Order: sequence, then C-alpha cells, then structure tokens
Amino acid sequence: MRPTLVAIGTSLGGFNALLSVLKALPADLPVPVLIVQHRGPASDGGLVDLLQRYTSLRVVEAEDKTPLVPATVFVAPADYHLLVEELGSLALSTEGPVRSARPSIDVLFETAADAYGPALIGVLLTGASADGAHGLARVKARGGRAIVQDPATAECATMPAAGLAATAVDYILPLERIGDHLVSLVEGTRA
Amino acid sequence: MAFPLKDPRGAADDGLEALELELLLEAVVRHYGYDFRDYARTSIRRRIRNILKAEGLETISALQDRILHDPTAWERFLQGISVSVSAMFRDPHFFRAFRRHAVPVLRTYPFIRIWQAGCSLGEEAYSLAILLQEEGLYDRSLIYATDINEATLRRAREGIYPAELMQKYTQNYIQAGGQRSFSEYYTARYEFALMRPALQQNIVFSQHNLVSDGAFNEFNVVLCRNVMIYFNRPLQERTHTLFHKSLSMFGILGLGSKETIRFLPHEALYEQFEPGEKLYRRIA
Repeated sequence: MRPTLVAIGTSLGGFNALLSVLKALPADLPVPVLIVQHRGPASDGGLVDLLQRYTSLRVVEAEDKTPLVPATVFVAPADYHLLVEELGSLALSTEGPVRSARPSIDVLFETAADAYGPALIGVLLTGASADGAHGLARVKARGGRAIVQDPATAECATMPAAGLAATAVDYILPLERIGDHLVSLVEGTRA
Repeated sequence: MAFPLKDPRGAADDGLEALELELLLEAVVRHYGYDFRDYARTSIRRRIRNILKAEGLETISALQDRILHDPTAWERFLQGISVSVSAMFRDPHFFRAFRRHAVPVLRTYPFIRIWQAGCSLGEEAYSLAILLQEEGLYDRSLIYATDINEATLRRAREGIYPAELMQKYTQNYIQAGGQRSFSEYYTARYEFALMRPALQQNIVFSQHNLVSDGAFNEFNVVLCRNVMIYFNRPLQERTHTLFHKSLSMFGILGLGSKETIRFLPHEALYEQFEPGEKLYRRIA
C-alpha cells in the first residue's frame, strides 16, 4: 500500500534534523507531514516560521479539526497533544503530559497508526527521551512503516535507540538519506 | 532500555473495539443520561484505554458491565472521561487581549454576565475573577462557571490547588498583565494553596452539559476554551449554535488559542478583535 501520511517525532537536536529532512521534500509532495518536536510550553509559533524558511512545502501550526491536506507540514503547537482524528483531520488535546511530554510523540504515532494503519510512515529522529518508542511499535503493529535515524548520526541517540529497541523497524538511515527515502516511498518508486 | 515489544492490538481487533465503544457510549447515555457519542472518537478512545488500564480490565465490554453495576466505577469513569487539564491564566496572551479588547466594552455595561463553559477545576474562573477585580469590574459581574461533572465542580468550589503550581501560575499572571502580586490571591499552607474566598463571591459554579442542556441566560461574554476540541464537528456546530443563542448582540466569545471557527457556518456571525487572538465579537 502506498503511504498517505508521514508522522515525524523528535526532541533534542530536532530542529537541524527536521531541516535536513524537509529540505529533501518537493513542493508537490502528495501527502501531509505531521511533526511533533518537544519544546517548552511557552514557545510560540517561531518554530513554524523558521521551518518555513527552509522548505517549499507549506508549514502551519496545527489547529483543532484542521483537515489534512497534501504538500503541507502540520506542526504540533507547544503545550498541546496532536492527534489524528478519523477521516483525515487533526485534533488537539490538553490532557496531561504523557511520559512528561506535551506534545507527545507516542500520542501522535498511536493515533495516526489507528487511523491510517498500513498507509502511515512513522519517523523517529534525534532526541533525549524515549518518547515515540511505544508509538513506533504501534505503527508497526498496525502494518505501517517505521524509519529511525541511525543513532550514530543523531545529535542525541537516546530516542532513536529506544525506537530500535521497541520494535523491528523497516529502515535505519543516516539523517541525510531520510528525506529522499520518504519521497521514494510516498511516490511509490520504492516498495 | 527495555520496552514491551508486543502491541496486542492489531487491525483485526479494530472493528470489534469500535463496536464495543459504540455500545458502551449507548449504554452510558441510556442509563446515566450522559451523552458522549459525539465526542471526538480518537480522544475518547485514548481515555477509555487509559481507564481500562487503571481498572485492570481487558475489554470495553467488561468496562461497560462494571460501570453499569458499580456506581463508584461510574464516578471514576466520568472523571476519567471528562476532566481536562488547565492552568491559571493559561495562554497569558489571551488574558492580555481580553484586557485590551473586552474590558473597555464591558466597562460600558451596568451589569456584566459571563458564562465560562467547561470550567473543570475552576482555574480559569478564578483567573477571570482576578482580572475583573483588578479592572474594577468584579463587583458588577457574575460569572457562571459550568461543567458537566459534579465532582469536578465540588473541587472547583473548594479552590484548593497544589502549592507547587503557584510559581507557574505567578509567571502566567505576570505575563497576562497582572497588576499586583499573585500571592495576594491565595493562602499557602503546606503543600496546598487556597484561593481567597472573596474571589468566589460572584462566581456561580453549576452543572451544565453542553451536549444536552440548552441556553439558560443571556450573556455579555462566553468563554469556552479547550473544551470543544474534545467534540466532533457536528457537536462543535451544535455548541456554537448554543453559544450564539446565549450571547447578546456584540457579546464577546473567547476560544482556545488553537481552536478555530474557520470551516464552521458560524464564522460569519463574528468578527475577530485582532488576528491570531481567539477573541470574537458577535456581529450578527
């Protein structure tokens, strides 16, 4: 099945890693990209503006019940969980932090996996916590694909290493190859 | 680092879980009168899975059996389903915008009626009382703070919060344009902080269910922040219709920072005070 949604999670060192991935994605990417980047509860939309400078995709901060559209990057707002609601729309939640994180990568991965199953690609990048590992296991359990940044190329290896320990992932890639790989997967030029 | 490798839920269980969830919500509305059927499914499923874990149960059907026969389990269920986490002066910029745009309008009224819908543990109602007091408007204001959950309302009325939160709340208060010292508004004792009882003077905490209860008064302000994010689209629309009916002409509507009335038919009924702030004035 050709993937129709990409979900990316990262924490420490994530900004540079996200830039590297987003730069490789073409302006007409046929799928939406969801991002959870851990950051302080008081952060404003600065991350969105910064990312927008480096990608030709449209970058927006996710609002509640926003419809998912292709060629768009939806960033989880600070201090909210980002969830995938059925029928191709997003939802936000102010429930308590999950394993000390809000937004939580696990929450995004788990809800995206439930809604998209085999059509989801989950990507876990550099980070200083184990958030995302449970979620990545759910992505795999639901038939989706999992990409983990090679811990050796990560600014902080804790998060990708936890992802690798949690489930049998499909691809372990150095940072600079993740973007191109995503493109070939969503364009169907790679199985 | 070790993680559980096994995720028991695969695609095959999905249909069954969806069915069990539907049956549970149907049983709850028929037996207890609380209607969660139009809550956003993803959130409610997550919450119910958490409740299953907490109750040590395997299936939603088992949970249904328990809450139908055990009133204390029902109380726990209601708590687990409905409580949202807030903070005093959450999103301080919202309160600054409220001072800037809403307060000058409210000054022109002899009496101010405010509905704060979905008040949870009361953090926002107390924040509002503090703001109105500092603006010299509290004596002629009445804040109806409503919530679906009676147990939550009891705690809101107590006005007791963990003392460890006060530092964060103080920061929020300052960023929200607070004019005094936040510590004047509470008494700390051991690990708890009690909000000054005078703040509650013009707050009425009472039960109201946005899903099933109607309009009950006409208001100058309706605040409903981060409540409708747990509703699906049709229920969001019905709730907006209720708020529109409850607001006087040129009344003020406040939503959560990441909520939007774009894509809703009600968008044309309001104008936004300033871009980016979810504070609106009813114009139709």
